[in-house]
Amino acid sequence: MAIDLRAFTNARVALGRAGHSLPTAELLRFQLDHARARDAVHHSLDPRHLPPHVLLHSAAPDRATYLRRPDLGRRLSADSAALLAPGDYDAALVVADGLSALAVERHAPPLLDALLPRLEGWRLPQLHVVLQGRVAVGDEIGQRLGAALVVLLIGERPGLTSPDSLGLYLTWAPRPGRTDAERNCISNVRPEGLDYALAAHKLHFLMQEARARRLSGVALKEDALLL
Amino acid sequence: MNLRELLAKASPLRSGDQLAGLAAETAEQRVRAQMQLAEVPLQRFLNEPVIPYESDEVTRLIVDTHDAASFAPIAHLTVGGLRDWLLSEAADGQTLAALSPGLTPEMVAAVSKIMRLQDLVSVAARRRVVTRFRTTIGLPGRLATRLQPNHPTDDPRGIAASVLDGLSYGNGDAVIGINPATDNVTVVHNLLRLLDDMRQAYAIPTQNCVLAHVTTQLQALQRGAPIDLVFQSIAGTEAANTSFGVNLALLDEAWQAARELRRGENVMYFETGQGSALSANAHHGVDQLTCEARAYAVARRYEPLLVNTVVGFIGPEYLYDGKQILRAGLEDHFCGKLLGLPMGCDICYTNHAEADQDDMDALLTMLGVAGVNYIMGVPGADDIMLHYQSTSFHDALYLRSTLGLKPAPEFEAWLDSQPALSPNQWLLT
Repeated sequence: MAIDLRAFTNARVALGRAGHSLPTAELLRFQLDHARARDAVHHSLDPRHLPPHVLLHSAAPDRATYLRRPDLGRRLSADSAALLAPGDYDAALVVADGLSALAVERHAPPLLDALLPRLEGWRLPQLHVVLQGRVAVGDEIGQRLGAALVVLLIGERPGLTSPDSLGLYLTWAPRPGRTDAERNCISNVRPEGLDYALAAHKLHFLMQEARARRLSGVALKEDALLL
Repeated sequence: MNLRELLAKASPLRSGDQLAGLAAETAEQRVRAQMQLAEVPLQRFLNEPVIPYESDEVTRLIVDTHDAASFAPIAHLTVGGLRDWLLSEAADGQTLAALSPGLTPEMVAAVSKIMRLQDLVSVAARRRVVTRFRTTIGLPGRLATRLQPNHPTDDPRGIAASVLDGLSYGNGDAVIGINPATDNVTVVHNLLRLLDDMRQAYAIPTQNCVLAHVTTQLQALQRGAPIDLVFQSIAGTEAANTSFGVNLALLDEAWQAARELRRGENVMYFETGQGSALSANAHHGVDQLTCEARAYAVARRYEPLLVNTVVGFIGPEYLYDGKQILRAGLEDHFCGKLLGLPMGCDICYTNHAEADQDDMDALLTMLGVAGVNYIMGVPGADDIMLHYQSTSFHDALYLRSTLGLKPAPEFEAWLDSQPALSPNQWLLT
């Protein structure tokens, strides 16, 4: 009965065995994937890879603190908060390193290239980049800028086979205290997952809908599924 | 210091208690608190709930179901005295089983805080908890696995491929359980049919489960889906359970519905994990180990077939590294077993935790020695849907062969009847 189970799933099936253990090649393939995921978590974002922007820092001073204190990654440092002044904006675009700066360096610039032409007529502040940031840091930035909605591009937690997934989060009327149920998320943006053009299309659709209906989150999600 | 604060200060170091602002501030303060905790009479736990009776239904469950007669033999002890007694020859399996209804979660959490890992292993190893559905799980000399064939799009062929692969490695005797990517009644119904068809086609003595929200499973049940076990994630406070969308009344309803199907004896499957109450901002200033033990009070109300702590899934802000995950896994197993639960463990970690396969090997081996009822079997230890690393089919074989453990007896007999699946031949590899 020679069926190649690998034809049906990306799971690590049909690995063979050495005694009761993994064969050497499979053991090392796993170790390599884990090493890449670990490197992605600890890679520092190099802002030079990103378009012109205002550089901000969360209240978490370094990666070790960031991993232990999610609350600090959700708000700005005092110095960074002082850099932001309210304007009259339809949306603010924010990039945060999150758990994979690699994802941001690779996929945020092409995603922005695909998105910005669709936002003609939108009043946008300059791009803001946050180091040691989590999703909710966008709420404080959006509020301080006086933006009607905030879109956050962030590196997702690396999976064993996807160390560089970019996530996109949209929040209407951002302010600290917003919950995840009040956001919309587009996940796994990368060439092997959701490609830039389709991701930009979906994000633009959600931005238009959020602006028209003045909300985001669960209520908006239902209709967006009809895409 | 009240009991709640003392329990928190005495907890071995972990990031979640630090995040909550409950942990001891120095190493010395922690050990001083442990010394103080060791002097606390067990009786005090009955008089001083860590979360008020009036405001939390889990506290009410703990207080209202406490069995004074079972407690009587240890009623005169302190926490330290309980540790000494648990490690003594007097505390054999039968005695520990009779004691379970007299123990509260807070008592077992407290004593675990002043035990070393070898203590946690040595006591738990004596306390066998045996449950039954189509297989018998938890017998001495046995180790079962949950076969976890998850797929990012719930693709039936992808799931079937992982199930076949796992069966070929002798995995799946605790349950074949899918975490669905989509919590939707049609998806759940279809996956249950797939698993039930496979079970019947190969006459596999095991039970199936699709780990959607309990309300989704109840809807599928009403549509006639072939439900064996009803699953739910639970936590140790009413508020945390509310954040999971459950309460005791709903779980009562689910338990009754599952029993009415008359497909097996123990019909519930629960998952827990340290940190879930804090994550839901529902911990009431109680440390995460004590909250976790309180979740076991919820579980034991329903005489479950399976309970497992998903120990490293929640991330480094609750359990920072391999050392903290190792200890938490052994604490959870110990606390659950002492309270009378059929404890398994999802020995696992995420990629942002300071942990790797070596840490998992250490916990796996120690839990095997401690007599864990079951572990997870994930293809190559890599869950491609939930994006974390658990234990592999191979890991179960390692533990069984190294410690001389066998699968559940009904499953073992089935494996022996399948020439292509016998231990020395492999179906598909």
